[in-house]
Amino acid sequence: MWRISEADLEAIAIGAGILGTGGGGNPYLGKIRMREHLRAGRTATVIPPQAMPDDACVVSVFNMGAPTVGYERLPQGEEDLRALRAVEAYLGRRVDAMVPGEIGGSNSVAPLVVSAQSGIPVIDGDGMGRAFPEIQMDTFAINGISPTPFALCSHKGETEILLGITDPRQVERIARAWAVAHGARAATAGFVMTGAELKRYVIPHTMTLAREVGLAVQTARAQHSDVTGAVLTVTGGRRLLTGKIIDVERRTTAGFAKGSVQVASEDGSYGRIAFQNENLIAWRFADASCNDGTLLAVVPDLICVVNSETGEPVTTELLRYGLRVTVVGIPAPPQLQTARALEFVGPQAFGYDVPYRPLEPIV
Amino acid sequence: MRIGIDVGGTNTDAVLMDGRYVVAWAKSPTTPDVTGGMLSALRALLAQTDQARAAQAVMIGTTHFTNAVVERKRLAPTAVIRLGAPATASLPPMVDWPADLREAIGGRWFLLEGGHEFDGREINPLDETRLMDVTRRLRDEGVRAVAICGVFSPVNQSNEERAAALVHAAAPELSITLSHQIGRIGLLERENAAILNASLSALSRQIVRALGQALAEVGIAAPFYLSQNDGTLMSAATAEQFPVLTFSSGPANSMRGAAFLSGIKDGIVVDVGGTTTDVGALRHGFPREAGTSVEVGGVRTNFRMPDVYSFGLGGGSVVRDGTGLRIGPDSVGYRLTEQARVFGGEVLTASDIAVAAGLAHMGDLSRVAGLDAQFVRAALAAIQSSVAQAIDRMKVSAQPVPVVLVGGGSCLVADDLTGASEVIRPAYYPIANAIGAAIAQVGGEVDRVYDLSAMSRTAALESAKAEAVERACAAGAAPATLEVVEVEEVPLTYLPSNATRVRVKVVGELQP
Repeated sequence: MWRISEADLEAIAIGAGILGTGGGGNPYLGKIRMREHLRAGRTATVIPPQAMPDDACVVSVFNMGAPTVGYERLPQGEEDLRALRAVEAYLGRRVDAMVPGEIGGSNSVAPLVVSAQSGIPVIDGDGMGRAFPEIQMDTFAINGISPTPFALCSHKGETEILLGITDPRQVERIARAWAVAHGARAATAGFVMTGAELKRYVIPHTMTLAREVGLAVQTARAQHSDVTGAVLTVTGGRRLLTGKIIDVERRTTAGFAKGSVQVASEDGSYGRIAFQNENLIAWRFADASCNDGTLLAVVPDLICVVNSETGEPVTTELLRYGLRVTVVGIPAPPQLQTARALEFVGPQAFGYDVPYRPLEPIV
Repeated sequence: MRIGIDVGGTNTDAVLMDGRYVVAWAKSPTTPDVTGGMLSALRALLAQTDQARAAQAVMIGTTHFTNAVVERKRLAPTAVIRLGAPATASLPPMVDWPADLREAIGGRWFLLEGGHEFDGREINPLDETRLMDVTRRLRDEGVRAVAICGVFSPVNQSNEERAAALVHAAAPELSITLSHQIGRIGLLERENAAILNASLSALSRQIVRALGQALAEVGIAAPFYLSQNDGTLMSAATAEQFPVLTFSSGPANSMRGAAFLSGIKDGIVVDVGGTTTDVGALRHGFPREAGTSVEVGGVRTNFRMPDVYSFGLGGGSVVRDGTGLRIGPDSVGYRLTEQARVFGGEVLTASDIAVAAGLAHMGDLSRVAGLDAQFVRAALAAIQSSVAQAIDRMKVSAQPVPVVLVGGGSCLVADDLTGASEVIRPAYYPIANAIGAAIAQVGGEVDRVYDLSAMSRTAALESAKAEAVERACAAGAAPATLEVVEVEEVPLTYLPSNATRVRVKVVGELQP
């Protein structure tokens, strides 16, 4: 168990940005909110999953909707807490801990703020080990934890609780429509589980991983050593492409930013990454015509684009011509590589007729 | 022929250029009345050659506004009115500001109901009753400027505009800055930019008018432009309303000038002025652009600027030896020639240290002869290390890089700079800034949201390009010289619409 310090917070925000694989939203604002709590003497407690008793009550807390809205229509401040309290009110009991829905991007920091507000500890782990766009893509949903009771809360305090829906895809549809009706962003709490279930399905120690990735980046920056290399060491990942962005194509369909980015690699080859909010598939091509590519990495493995110079994560929104980037592949946690998990988070789940082939081990 | 002028915190430089050639130049101390220094520099220029009077255009770069923010001086008492309650309450205005800057402008903020959702509908109707109460309170408290920032104002301006009309009707003396006129989506950063702009309103009116009068006084009838953050030019009227757009013009001009003079296309430029030192990186001869947000005086903003690290070191920096050696960040600025020891004043400045060490020759050496030699060495070492640290911060790898030293204060920096592969002090180094202004180009920019269900991506890009070209021509560019320098398209991600934001920028030479 550990208490979040300002230094932890800085590192977690950097690490969570990289683990966001191009999406998930920028953790900066959550970081500032959390920093204000820390400066006012309120901290968050992070607790390893193993420390939870089997009969503990754990709930998953996260925000859904458009990150663009998150940067512009800033939160009122108590949305997440109210969603959590709504679940508690329905259950007729207090929960023992919160588990982050996803560690990638802004949802890593949101539960820390709730912990500072309420004293409820945050589990060191999450349901994605990265960022994904939809709620059925977390390991709790994949392994059959009921999404409901599932509470939603808006910036105006409007709260609604969904009950009796067992299909997480159905909750995703209803919740997203609800979010759009409330300005494209909503705080949510759901996937109530026991401590035993948590320990079975959670992707453990990802808060620690985010902090370690962040610390590695900070150290490498301070020493002017290879920032990307530092990320690879901590994550067990590998460098897929290094070069310059030469084209970005995007289209938005039903709330999802789809598109692709093309990278002219320093070794003369070309790379292409397809994204839908997050980076999903990376190919390498022999020439600019981009025919007959070889697969470099496939979702759920993490494909992270970082600024070659600063090590800052480049989200899909920030991709632009001329940027020097390094594309990093990080093996997905084993929980996402099972046959069942791949039905939810493999390439077919995103509409790509491509087999999942795990990142080749580093020779 | 063109005249380039750089009004720095300490010195004002003027240069007359004929194409790529420097015809004449002059340097004069900046004066408290803003234009006194410019007048002396222009008169000195005219004394050298009468051709200056026939210049076709005058380009002025000024660091006045940046210095005001960095030094927290001459900022108007400013209030922030944010429209969006109950949303946004978790992160109040100026939450990420340094405390001293917040205090310098008064730190007043109000969160009112109002603002919009992403699709343009209102979060809540504008609370006009409360707005009137707030306005009365501002008048009573002597506030001079107001920044109004509504949630999603880049999508729907109506709330900000309505609020501005009401505030103006009730308190016509207040200067009002609307956030949608300055920044992009990203509330805190846009709000920050608007607050800084509002706090500079009185200063900007004073400066732009004075610049016009000064040119008229020496008989120069050519139109004048101000250089802006990206190194391109804007009209005087635009500059008066939006002083923040000049924030990085000084560094942008000095980097363009340094690249032009040294022939270095990739490297680091260190410009030591009278008040601040700006360190930036050159890539292909142009300033490297900063990422998504840029800090000004410790505040995050989201308009596009060159990636520059500024810190309070210059020839006028105050040197203290109380509880420990401290150089800057405050500067005697344009009062160097009255207040520095070598000029008979009582303030020990970095220039005095330079004179005592024999690095510069000005004023009366005997006035600093009594300084302890060890103290002088320690001060120079501190300067050298602060510059090396700044270079290190801007470098992209541990590899040594060429460093171009420009600016009047660069004599403070020695050649043995850690991290530099070579140190270049080009000819005309003291006026690199003015030269960068003189060679500046004209730009045209379009930043607009297109509905791609109604038109193709290609058509949207073409339309944006055509409009950018039109704007550049309207701003005075020669059509044949226009080049597209940036194309960016960003959809409003995760939003259930087919809208994409297109930004196109073209740059060309000023029409002769």
